[in-house]
Amino acid sequence: MRIIIERSNLLKSLSRVHRVVERRNTIPILSNVLLKTEEGALGLKATDLDLEITESVAAEAEQDGATTVPAHLLYDIVRKLAEGAEVRLATTPEGNQLTITAGRSNFRLQCLPEADFPDITAGTFSHSFTIQAADFARLVERTQFAISTEETRYYLNGIFLHTIETDGALKLRAVATDGHRLARAEVTAPVGSEGMPGIIVPRKTVGELQKLLGDDAEAEVKVELSDAKIRFAIGSVVLTSKLIDGTFPDYQRVIPAGNDKQLTLDRAVFSSAVDRVSTISSERGRAVKLSLGNGQMVLTVNSPDAGTATEEIPVGYESDDLEIGFNARYLLDITGQLSGEESVFMLADPGSPTLIRDGSDDSTLYVLMPMRV
Amino acid sequence: MSDLNIIFCRDCLVVQPAPARRCARCGSPRLLQHPELAQLSIAHIDCDAFYASVEKRDRPELSDKPVIIGGGKRGVVSTACYIARISGVRSAMPMFKALELCPEAVVIKPDMAKYAAIGRMIRERMRALTPLVEPLSIDEAFLDLTGTERLHRMPPALILARFARSIEQELGLSVSVGLSHNKFLAKMASDLQKPRGFSVIGRAETLSFLAALPIKAIWGVGAALDRQLAHDGLRTIGQLQGMREEDLMRRYGTMGQRLSRLSRGVDERRVTPDRPTKSISSETTFDRDISGPEDLVPILRGLSEKVARRLKATDLAASEVTLKLKGADFQTRTRNRRLAAPTRLADRIFHAGHALLLKELDGTPFRLIGIGCSVFSPAATADPDDLVDPSFARRAKAEAALDQLRERFGLQSVETGITFRRGRAATTSEKQNGKSESFPYDGEKS
Repeated sequence: MRIIIERSNLLKSLSRVHRVVERRNTIPILSNVLLKTEEGALGLKATDLDLEITESVAAEAEQDGATTVPAHLLYDIVRKLAEGAEVRLATTPEGNQLTITAGRSNFRLQCLPEADFPDITAGTFSHSFTIQAADFARLVERTQFAISTEETRYYLNGIFLHTIETDGALKLRAVATDGHRLARAEVTAPVGSEGMPGIIVPRKTVGELQKLLGDDAEAEVKVELSDAKIRFAIGSVVLTSKLIDGTFPDYQRVIPAGNDKQLTLDRAVFSSAVDRVSTISSERGRAVKLSLGNGQMVLTVNSPDAGTATEEIPVGYESDDLEIGFNARYLLDITGQLSGEESVFMLADPGSPTLIRDGSDDSTLYVLMPMRV
Repeated sequence: MSDLNIIFCRDCLVVQPAPARRCARCGSPRLLQHPELAQLSIAHIDCDAFYASVEKRDRPELSDKPVIIGGGKRGVVSTACYIARISGVRSAMPMFKALELCPEAVVIKPDMAKYAAIGRMIRERMRALTPLVEPLSIDEAFLDLTGTERLHRMPPALILARFARSIEQELGLSVSVGLSHNKFLAKMASDLQKPRGFSVIGRAETLSFLAALPIKAIWGVGAALDRQLAHDGLRTIGQLQGMREEDLMRRYGTMGQRLSRLSRGVDERRVTPDRPTKSISSETTFDRDISGPEDLVPILRGLSEKVARRLKATDLAASEVTLKLKGADFQTRTRNRRLAAPTRLADRIFHAGHALLLKELDGTPFRLIGIGCSVFSPAATADPDDLVDPSFARRAKAEAALDQLRERFGLQSVETGITFRRGRAATTSEKQNGKSESFPYDGEKS
């Protein structure tokens, strides 16, 4: 293999591809990125066996071929080459080394043969649709913070993606929960998604996807899926991932329908108040107590070590007086994801889940478990 | 401080008019004299062969017999009484070896609840002397008596002697006291003259006292460091005293600094009354090596319940669970898992431990299993309701019901199916761990 490529193009592709490669690997080939000549391009591919990313980037191939080299090492080398440099990649005649030449710099890396590189993409997809990157990004962003990291409940370690009919329209819905809070976002279901199985997209895939979606909001994403795999094609990048093999719990049951105490508040005023009063306690998971009554909310945080903090803000609340506690961090996570000026809380009692949504937009909703205060 | 050179009798507590061999009043030879006696106020108090002494006190027929506290063939000695020690039995010695040395010994399974209750009584009495009591384990503590002379109308040395006498007379147990000017030396002193000891290390003799001791005597110097030091030609504390701190630091890092300071008897750690609990754990050694889940899981459940019981006695909730396994080859594996939310429940501790355990079962025979919890937060944050797992609240309620039954009818009154007739059978020696920091509490040290 012999190829000439612009350093900036190679770097951009590698920066996306190398992230998939785990830093520590027991199987050597998994530390490597596959480089392969394509027509007028260089194809790159990396995998951790659950997730695979491929990308192709414009390059001038002098001699066709393929090889694999350590991904992080190659990335670090290319990163440090001079800006605007022209990089020549060539395998040695024996095929066991790759030389990288740019200006006066010269590197030789150990290769592993292309044939050893695993392929996880085998199999067919049952459904396929195209969606605006911006729409898809919204689904992911508004839910991903609620993904559980608890290994025991592996089926919560991802975003549950499925279609559902509400008010006569079919929606594509994303749901994530860690048992403390639940996030649900939806968009109009794109053509081709109808009848798709409910799938759980793993957290690492969600993270990579988010970075790819952020690159170009105007772009379109082609999604192909089966009950075991999902593939996203965005521009020249293709991300293929295994899905979490598990059953997502019946989240509908969790969304309270009968909460009758409505609270409306100014999102910005509320979140900066929560942020301020929670300063008093450095402890993770400290509760902020919301005391509601008479069109007022008093926020209180008590820290046995440091002291107390209170703040009073005007709110729209006409039901019976109520005191309820929430994890301050979780409140900020949620208000950070809502977009409108006004937020609506539907409350029942201090021990029951509370529903939180935008004042104007009902495509996103959150459920938050209160804390004892 | 009062008279510079006091001498008093440890039995009748009478201050002696002049140096003598026996007490002028009661004739006891246990006179305490030391030129700095009235100036020293940091003490270390340690019960003598605590578990064994408690058992002997409660069963007088054992008083002249060698008694070993520990369990099973495979377990280890947690305490040996002084009679058993004559035969060479020591703490932490495997039981089979102890019984080889002392076949006539009476072996008693430890009754931790009883020892803990007595330990608490002793600690309460210590707190009556000074608020600055820093417990190291169930039966030993540091006391800072600085500034209590006016309150007690006697110097610390006398207060301590009176305390030792009262424990002996009222609880039937003996203690050894070390008195010095810092914690390091106080602890060394209490070890000098056991049992019923009272040793004093004054400022004047600090250097000469330490100089002759092996470096191993410094706490924190384990076998590995000791080997390294020996390799470098360093054996006695006296050799360290002659070296510059910078040189020791260059060679041994922060440990070098500690070696340098402790070798000169410099220890500025304060006696801190409430060192926070860092971890709560429980472990057990089996009679024979076991490898399968059918044997290990019930034992793990039993240990989880024990840890939860002790956790519930505090006002803490734990966010991390650690599993410990020791293979037949003595290789130790520890695995930990962060919980989604802090807990006080045996059920959640067990579930996390169980998941970790299943990953380790590869046919390896194990001789020990343990489970512990750590990363504490206030109890109020424990076990929040879970949005998606309604069984969670049910299990929490079930456990609360079990706890209530046990409180009314005793620990054995109710058991889960997992441990029924199995959880306890295979366990032999148990070890509990309360505060694990610089002085891990393993069984009883004396």
